[in-house]
Amino acid sequence: MNQKENLLIKLDNIGIFKSDKWLVRGVSFEISKGEIVTLIGPNGSGKTTTAKIALNILQSNEGKIAFYAKKIAYVPQKINIDWTLPIRVIDFMNLTNKINEGQILKALELTGVQDLFRADMKNLSGGELQRVLLARAIARNPDLLILDEPAQGVDFNGEIALYNIIKKISDDLNCGILLISHDIHFVMSATDHVICLNGHVCCSGSPSAVAQNPAFIELFGERASSTLSVYEHHHDHTHNHDGSVVK
Amino acid sequence: MILDDFFTRALIAGIGVAIVAGPLGCLVIWRRLAYFGDTLSHSALLGVAIAYVFDLNISIAVFLLSGIVALILLDLQKRTRLPGDALLGLLSHASLAIGLVFISFLSFIRFDLMGLLFGDILSVSRTDIYAIWVGGFVILGILYFIWQSIFAATVNHDLASAEGLKPHIANLIFTLLLAGVIAISIKMIGVLLITGLLLIPAAMARNLSNNPKQMVLFSILGGVLSVIVGLFASLELNSPSGPSILVAAFVLFIISLLIMKVRNIS
Repeated sequence: MNQKENLLIKLDNIGIFKSDKWLVRGVSFEISKGEIVTLIGPNGSGKTTTAKIALNILQSNEGKIAFYAKKIAYVPQKINIDWTLPIRVIDFMNLTNKINEGQILKALELTGVQDLFRADMKNLSGGELQRVLLARAIARNPDLLILDEPAQGVDFNGEIALYNIIKKISDDLNCGILLISHDIHFVMSATDHVICLNGHVCCSGSPSAVAQNPAFIELFGERASSTLSVYEHHHDHTHNHDGSVVK
Repeated sequence: MILDDFFTRALIAGIGVAIVAGPLGCLVIWRRLAYFGDTLSHSALLGVAIAYVFDLNISIAVFLLSGIVALILLDLQKRTRLPGDALLGLLSHASLAIGLVFISFLSFIRFDLMGLLFGDILSVSRTDIYAIWVGGFVILGILYFIWQSIFAATVNHDLASAEGLKPHIANLIFTLLLAGVIAISIKMIGVLLITGLLLIPAAMARNLSNNPKQMVLFSILGGVLSVIVGLFASLELNSPSGPSILVAAFVLFIISLLIMKVRNIS
């Protein structure tokens, strides 16, 4: 298949400058159909910022970005619904475009929350809310899906189930997925490409290559890496508290 | 009871205003724009004065002035470090004060200041009815068109933006629609109380609804009922129309609280 035709988004050396510092800089990656790309990195490393650039919510100050995806679906990190707004799961499913009821039910079934069809959004538990957010994104039938910490507030078993669903979506819909995740185990098992972020791209590549990269081990510790490989330390740089690089 | 001609006019005008205020009031509550609405409506007084001086249509003058104030406000929010509520209070009272000072200079024109501040059913003319129904139809038409976008942005701005709904444009249009509803309701309700007609029926509707469409519908029904009850009371008790309508709306709100309580227990 033609590589170009499958390309959904391409970020080339993008960066965003705000309040006298670079939030992220020099980030490049691309996502094609059927591919799962994962962004990992500590808090404040610019994962969400990078995702928002990819979503065209934030504009980058340098670098180039090319969008080819026709339909994007987004699962934000959190969503707060005010008491004044009465909204049920079914209303939320139709939030950004009208979707037929069969498709909605199918998506809710896939994430295991079809019973919550008419439930009030404010009465959902953390795990239920994440499943509804995911179902809404699936029901849109996107070609690019961007997920910001989709397993937040979900217990360990639920988390595994949720990541299995994401893997299944990637296979079934043949869409590209950009995933922001803390979960190193999932990253290792299902991701095609990992980008380890800390204000800039520390390292990137296949999960196993990243696991052996010194920058990754410095950020995530030996235990994260040891699931895949035994490793020797060779720091090429260290980080200040704000993520800037010290040689 | 005699349905005098002026009273029929007031009734038709008031129902029109209530229908338009229903959905906009819901959005004002959801988006926490109560003070924003106040600021726009207070600036309307200056609009009325300007309309008298230059012999313009009051609704159009008020719409233009409220629209300009809204745009200034959106711009100031980006530029100053004042918190939002202080900025709104500042503009709200400043524009009310400027309007009152301006009116005091116009001693050659006889102003019914009470009527402007609190509404006057006697002043509703045939032209006003056209302005309300035609203007209201346009406002609701545009709102219908941007509803998906503005509603999605109300739930989550990033989500709406990410999925291609252009919430910035929808916000801007919504602000102008708010200026529009103020422009068409100023004669009925008065400068000081317009926000009340937006907020109270919507707040009542919240207590009775479990989904957004239902809330919009109840908000419209509550507003229409408030106008009818309020205007009849105004005629009977010789009370000013705006306050009478809002008292009726407030009574409906209290009743909705009771209904909510009963439902929760059962």
